Amino acid sequence: MRRLTPYLLALPSWMWLAIFLVVPMVAMASVSLQTGNAIDGYAMTFSFSNYGDAIGRYSTQLLRSLLYGGLATLAMLVIGYPVAYWIAFKGGTRKSMYLFLLLLPFFVSFVLRTISWNFLLSDNGILLGTLKGWGLLPADFHVLATTFAVIGGLTYNFLPFMILPIYVALERVDPRVVEAAQDLYATRAAAFRRVVLPLSLPGVFAGVLMTFVPATADPINAAILGGTSNTMIGNIIQTEYLTNLDYPTASALSFTLMAVLLVGIFVYARALGTENVLEAAAR
Amino acid sequence: MNPLMRGMTQPRTRRDVFRLAGFSAAGLALAACGVQGQKAAPPKADAVADYWAKQRKNGKVVFANWPEYMPEDKGPLEKFKQDTGIAYEYKEVIQENAEFFGKADPVLRAGQPLGYDIVVMTNGIQLQHMIELGYAVPLDHAKLPNFQANAGQKYKERAYDPGNKYTVPYTSGVTGIAYNTELVKEEITSIESLFDPKYKGKVGMMADAQEIANFGMIALGVDPEKSSEADWRKAGEKLKAQRDAGIVRKYYDQSYIDAVAKGDVYLTMAWSGDVFQRQLAGEPVKFVVPAEGGTIWTDNMLIPKGAANPVDALMLMDYLYQPAIAAELDEYIQYVTPVPAVQDLLREKAKTAKGEDKKALEDMVDSPLMFPSESDYAKLRNYTPLTTQQEQVFNPIFQSITQA
Repeated sequence: MRRLTPYLLALPSWMWLAIFLVVPMVAMASVSLQTGNAIDGYAMTFSFSNYGDAIGRYSTQLLRSLLYGGLATLAMLVIGYPVAYWIAFKGGTRKSMYLFLLLLPFFVSFVLRTISWNFLLSDNGILLGTLKGWGLLPADFHVLATTFAVIGGLTYNFLPFMILPIYVALERVDPRVVEAAQDLYATRAAAFRRVVLPLSLPGVFAGVLMTFVPATADPINAAILGGTSNTMIGNIIQTEYLTNLDYPTASALSFTLMAVLLVGIFVYARALGTENVLEAAAR
Repeated sequence: MNPLMRGMTQPRTRRDVFRLAGFSAAGLALAACGVQGQKAAPPKADAVADYWAKQRKNGKVVFANWPEYMPEDKGPLEKFKQDTGIAYEYKEVIQENAEFFGKADPVLRAGQPLGYDIVVMTNGIQLQHMIELGYAVPLDHAKLPNFQANAGQKYKERAYDPGNKYTVPYTSGVTGIAYNTELVKEEITSIESLFDPKYKGKVGMMADAQEIANFGMIALGVDPEKSSEADWRKAGEKLKAQRDAGIVRKYYDQSYIDAVAKGDVYLTMAWSGDVFQRQLAGEPVKFVVPAEGGTIWTDNMLIPKGAANPVDALMLMDYLYQPAIAAELDEYIQYVTPVPAVQDLLREKAKTAKGEDKKALEDMVDSPLMFPSESDYAKLRNYTPLTTQQEQVFNPIFQSITQA
């Protein structure tokens, strides 16, 4: 009995995983191989060609999503790292307040925050309208309905998920190791490059993981901020599932996206020299 | 790091990962489960009579509807409660037909009740699915005396539900063009304005496949209701050329109305009632039915399969067809009412009203958007009726444009 105890204690979490992760995934895998239509129903035919068809039809949107997700992640890294660095090393006693301020906008719903961009950045709105009034921008300049708006929206919406893990990693860097580096005649830049940055890499890794994945799959920003050719794969999956009731195509696309992301993450982990992906993500 | 955190975040070994994969593979074998089809045979007349004979009034009804489709004081529902003693729950849960159907379908497919006694859906693909899949309870017309007496003839003869077997109209509206009167310096009359390179990047089109298809076909002089696959492809080419020329700024959902009111787009496809409400609020927008034609659609009430209170639901549906109640409703929602007598009632009311109210009521009574004349109706087309097979051809043609 005693030997079984740890397993019994772990049972709820295994049940959780089984019910809410494994079962839906298996069901989705099954649906992705079925054929039929919404009215007559779908039957299992092990139709692996569903994948080829779906990828063939939507390769543009799939690649675009990876590109947008990647660019947004890069932008978040460039913006987020200095913020995390500043809060961790210069935040002093007000660190928690800064973190709270960072998270404050996220008490508002995701969709509402994105729609408010629509209001702020409207062609003749408070920002662009004013700049146009001063003659700083040409009259037909616009931000909404462009690629820039979509990537900007993604960057804004997922930024805290980049900053927080980096902050946690930087926070744990012992200031004395930096001092030690400087005692050994390292310049401030060298101390950063050879001591602080490597120590913060697990945070960067976790941040990239936590932002790249949802940003690539996100349908909201493209729908609200995008124009005529900014459709992302999330929008396609949503349309296939809810509008066309084409469950097999929607499932096949979801799996494809998941596979592409997983492969991407493992390649990235290798490139960063992280031995164990999950370990890095967990730290 | 405290021990608890460490435990939760401990690295998993490669073996664990393989073990997980093993579980999944076992599960895969289990789950060769299909999605059941439910195509319904048309109900037999006595089965319908039997169904209704078994139902009793329960004193309660749950009404699921679209936003801004009921006066804020819920006047018509309150009166219904007083007159019949039936308590109501009113829920504004329907924002979009496809999304609503997409959510309702798995529930109804599993034979579970949706929790609503009346739902309102636009004629179109999803409503057709509701009927085809047997998700709509056939109505007992013996219990719909007000509908028989007061509904306009047009609303009793609808191609998508002949004889009102499953649905009765809630309200109708027109899809046409809205434009911002401060930014557009001409009088818009033609659908060709939506394709005019002059408005490059300033035109809004709708994302909905049926709506945009209709406008492509009308621009080509094709009646959507009588269209063929060849017409759809031609319309698709026209709409694709419009997109590729950079004329379209965006394919909109309901948010088109804000975009045109703010001036992000100069002109856009639009729904009549939305524009009319904004106009009364003083915003610089105007609605026109293009000379080539617009489309008319109808939002319909139906009783979903498994509804707990069908008798109460039917009573409420019929109650809304009393002219006085229909007038109260239409004065607020400002779309086209299926009860023609409303126009005279509002005219009477305008006579005794004062100031701004009087002006607003007079505007409504004279508006072709609320009370289209015969010649207005003659310009209005119906949606393309689609079978499931046709839909699988139709949707990709237009979605490949709106979701490129």
